Amino acid sequence: MTDISERAFQSPGRGRGLVDALKNRYLLRLLVDKDLQVRYRGSVLGILWSYVKPGVQFIVFYIALGVFLELNKGLENYAVYLFSGIILLNFFGEAFGNGARCMVGNGALIKKIYLPRELFSVSTIWVALVHFLPQLLVLLIACFVVGWHPGPMQLAAAVVGMMIMVIFSFGLGLIFGVANVFFRDAENIVDLLVMVATWLSPVMYPWERVAGAVPEWGLHLYLCNPITVAVELFHYAFWAPTTGMEWHVPPNLLTLWVPVAIVLALLFLFVGDLLFKKFEGSFAQEL
Amino acid sequence: MSWIDDDPELGGEPRPYVPSTEPVVIRIQEVAKRFVLRHTRSMKEAFVWLIKGRKGDLSEKFNALDGVDLQIREGERVALLGLNGSGKSTLLKLISGVMHPDGGDIKTRGRIAGLIEVGAGFHPDLTGRDNVYLNGAILGMTKEEIDANFQSIVDFSEIEQFIDTEVKFYSSGMYLRLAFAVAVHTDPEIFLVDEILAVGDEPFQKKCIRKIKELSDRGKTLVVVSHDLDMVAKLCERGVVLERGRVVQDGDIRDAVTRLRG
Repeated sequence: MTDISERAFQSPGRGRGLVDALKNRYLLRLLVDKDLQVRYRGSVLGILWSYVKPGVQFIVFYIALGVFLELNKGLENYAVYLFSGIILLNFFGEAFGNGARCMVGNGALIKKIYLPRELFSVSTIWVALVHFLPQLLVLLIACFVVGWHPGPMQLAAAVVGMMIMVIFSFGLGLIFGVANVFFRDAENIVDLLVMVATWLSPVMYPWERVAGAVPEWGLHLYLCNPITVAVELFHYAFWAPTTGMEWHVPPNLLTLWVPVAIVLALLFLFVGDLLFKKFEGSFAQEL
Repeated sequence: MSWIDDDPELGGEPRPYVPSTEPVVIRIQEVAKRFVLRHTRSMKEAFVWLIKGRKGDLSEKFNALDGVDLQIREGERVALLGLNGSGKSTLLKLISGVMHPDGGDIKTRGRIAGLIEVGAGFHPDLTGRDNVYLNGAILGMTKEEIDANFQSIVDFSEIEQFIDTEVKFYSSGMYLRLAFAVAVHTDPEIFLVDEILAVGDEPFQKKCIRKIKELSDRGKTLVVVSHDLDMVAKLCERGVVLERGRVVQDGDIRDAVTRLRG
């Protein structure tokens, strides 16, 4: 037995935030597995459901919006345009929503046993990513059907766009996860924010409509939204190469707005981690 | 608890209490913990309070612990005793790190396993096997440690034939058996135990107590909260009595039990 008198004293339950969560890889994997297993328990198709749902969603968009509403005439391959944005918002909704709810949802555990609680937040991001993959696959199939020919720039844009979304949703999820422990109103605000985010980013319409309707500072404000930037990067990566039409990304997207979005997303993550460390000690008594 | 006396391993001649001189593993200094009695659960109330110039206190406070000083040494078996609301469970939660103190300082060394509620990490929709891994990892075990101990855990729980059944179909006794089996295999230096032996049948209780004794003989430190005075009198040698958040007596477990009975 090692001599305990040589060990240093530690304060129990003082986590180092994200660092702890990243060190516990095994527990993280079990938490993600648990979530996936539990979600599809008792269903025959199981994880296949996460392929069926986006597939049907895409077909419905194509027929209802592209053919019936004739939005194809304004924007070539409108269904691909819409879908490449919507899967990002689906990811945002799931990652942010579950991130905001995970502390209250795991309250029973948080009250009884100390473990790095940011693990729950990290695991919601992984679960959201697992559900994002089938949607990406459906998008890729649709892209190839309409003649997608991406270059390295397009692929890099897709990766950067996804990174922005992951960091931003994680940061927001942490902040609202902490807030939700103290005020259960937070999870209602989350639903509202996801709805607003869907309409305040160029998912359903092209960004030029915004540029035409608001003054220049309004467009700048619009582009400060990391979701807008990520969606535009996805349009650039997946939709633009499938069309023959003249289309431009918003001015200075790659040189100015992408760095701004990355910095903003990291800022949210930093604030979230900070809030988490500050208030973690009161979770057990507030839940 | 007459069966404890009948068990040769658990009974035996009473030994005089000698305060331990081993190194300190839990150091509690001037610790205070306040609870808020009335919670403001909505932003509206908090907002109204803010714009009214933060008049009055948003909530009442209650001192669960009030200047507790305590040192626990390696290998000691300590019972925290007291009536309901005396603060003993709160103290245990502060030691485990689930809650942080509002004042004073707590320091620990060595790995701590909180058997604060056995099975808190169990998920009803997972099988017993999956739950052993999940709960083991929650209690701080690595995959290799769980793999190595898996058979021993299942054997201890005596529910091998149900190990691949979802735990929602378990009886409360089976649930407890598996959860306790995982907990005693986590191999920490310090065990925190809160009222967990109240359930389970007598043979299993006996087995658990024997296991706890065995861990203690291997130099593990044990801190127990319980209302079962007979059991703690057998299990622990040191008793700490809390009253309204303060330590009022610390010493031989028999004196502590006498005080609580008296």
